[in-house]
Amino acid sequence: MNTIGLNFVDWIIIAIYFAFVLGIGVYLKKFTKNEEDFFLAGRRNSSWVAGLAFLSANLGALELLGMTGNTFKYGMYVAHFYWIGAIPAMLFLGIYMMPFYYSSKIKSIPGYLKLRFDEKTRVLNGIAFGIMTVLVSGINLYAMALVLHTFFGWNWDASMWISAVTVAVYVTLSGLMSAIFTEIIQFFLIWFGLFLVSILGIVEIGSIQEIFSRIPASFNTLWSTSGNPAENGMLIHWGGIVLGLGFVLSFGYWTTDFLVVQRAFSAKDLRTARMTPILASFFKMALPFLVILAGLIALVLANDPNSGFALLKDGSQVNYDSALPLLIARYYPSGLVGLGVTALLAGFMAGQAGNISAFNTVWTYDIYKSVINKKASDAHLLWMGRAATIVGVLISLITAYWAKSFPSIMDYMQAIFSWVNAPLFATMLLGMFVVWITPNGAFWGLVLGMGSSIIMYLAVKFQWVSLSLITMSDVSSDMAANFWRAWWAWLICFSATILISLFTKKKPKEELVGLVKGLTPETIDKDLRLIQKPEFWGIISLIVLIILNIYYW
Amino acid sequence: MKPIWYFVGLILFTIGSILLLTGLYLLISPAETNAVLGELYPNIWWGGLMVVVGLIYIIKNKNVIVE
Repeated sequence: MNTIGLNFVDWIIIAIYFAFVLGIGVYLKKFTKNEEDFFLAGRRNSSWVAGLAFLSANLGALELLGMTGNTFKYGMYVAHFYWIGAIPAMLFLGIYMMPFYYSSKIKSIPGYLKLRFDEKTRVLNGIAFGIMTVLVSGINLYAMALVLHTFFGWNWDASMWISAVTVAVYVTLSGLMSAIFTEIIQFFLIWFGLFLVSILGIVEIGSIQEIFSRIPASFNTLWSTSGNPAENGMLIHWGGIVLGLGFVLSFGYWTTDFLVVQRAFSAKDLRTARMTPILASFFKMALPFLVILAGLIALVLANDPNSGFALLKDGSQVNYDSALPLLIARYYPSGLVGLGVTALLAGFMAGQAGNISAFNTVWTYDIYKSVINKKASDAHLLWMGRAATIVGVLISLITAYWAKSFPSIMDYMQAIFSWVNAPLFATMLLGMFVVWITPNGAFWGLVLGMGSSIIMYLAVKFQWVSLSLITMSDVSSDMAANFWRAWWAWLICFSATILISLFTKKKPKEELVGLVKGLTPETIDKDLRLIQKPEFWGIISLIVLIILNIYYW
Repeated sequence: MKPIWYFVGLILFTIGSILLLTGLYLLISPAETNAVLGELYPNIWWGGLMVVVGLIYIIKNKNVIVE
């Protein structure tokens, strides 16, 4: 396509955003006095601040371009990522897991593994998380470069480096606090910048009902075609959705991925920390009305020869991630184009900042202080956090060039999550709820779980085994393979951890108080009124989830 | 420090104002545009909405300081 000509007012809006986020980094630097300020934003945030940041940390390239593109590719089934693939896990985190995380005053998820199990499990997870985080950060950079390339015709190198340097500057200045501030600003800019696409799409096509009526039947339902993989756009059985996405991948991501959980750690007290993911769940459920709807609108327009709308192609391969930028180009006049581009940029940069701020924390505490320099002072750790930010950005730049060779961002993301997060969820679940799980059981279970996931990925990729062996179906998509691979990796880790724990040395119970259910006094939030209790809002969220699933069944 | 909501208000108000003014300018002196539904002048009503929301956040948090 021809690049979209931005005029003066579009450039002004983009420039205002860049000046604003850099200004926030400078403004917050004077409030970043010690390592707790830098890595945990001083632990003083309200549930609204932590909750929106919790959600927005996940609202990067993956959500915007990837999900809109995947809706075009797979249909309504992508909404599962926002509903069954997120909400139960977020509620479980807030209600059951957060008391163990927050009360133990850990600074990272690997820090919990150190307390519950031992140092080697912490370092293993720290390294795996660090690698995963810079890979994901690289994808954010790639997606951002795609937008800049699509809209402005900028070359890939310049796009990646300019955005990466901006993120590096404001995260280096004030750490997690500036990441959280920019994530919340991003949340508002995304809604104001992109929801108008859906509104104008509905106006052009006629109504939401008209949109649904114009897409293939296999693309416009959530569950009713899930009994037979051949009948739905994602080519997946409901068992894969429930076990792979709804259980393993979702719980693995939302309850153990430090990128999002770190935002809850910044809350001012335990009740606020518990409310963080619960509050975020309501906003998460609303996102399909922005992202999925845009994908369906793109699908309707592409199927209409009179609309003049078609996705970009890289050779013979359709570039699904171009759906959202092309809709912005279609509907937005001068000024709004600048806002739309800014919303996308904000999403990418905040997502990247989230990854980098999580990376610098895990590197500093779980690898550097844990293995390399155990006697490091607080001031030295603060310096190391800033240095890790710059190094993390450089590494993610390298990974961005690798990500560029993959046809669809989201498939790749799920592959990474199923390597690291899926087995980790088994370790966490057993660690928090089963007293007799041992450090060696956790460590070797994690090694086997991660190893098996990578081997399954390679075995299918290089055709050593048939994909149908993993998905238990003759027809399946890459996405279905990721869901099933996550499930098997989780099951292998879960089983191996239990088996090895039966024969290895247990930790003394007195060392596990506050870390494991059953050894921890359940006194939290007892004196609160019903409406103040996280459990109350968790149930409301669950009811809304059920209603949405039934309505779009 | 100033709460995050104050900054949210500032950026919504600033960008909304630019959009509103751009929309009004396009209304007075229409330029050729390829935007589908451009005749609805979304800059005006969407920019106006951002200005209102931004102002609410600014006014509510003007004198608030968080520790």
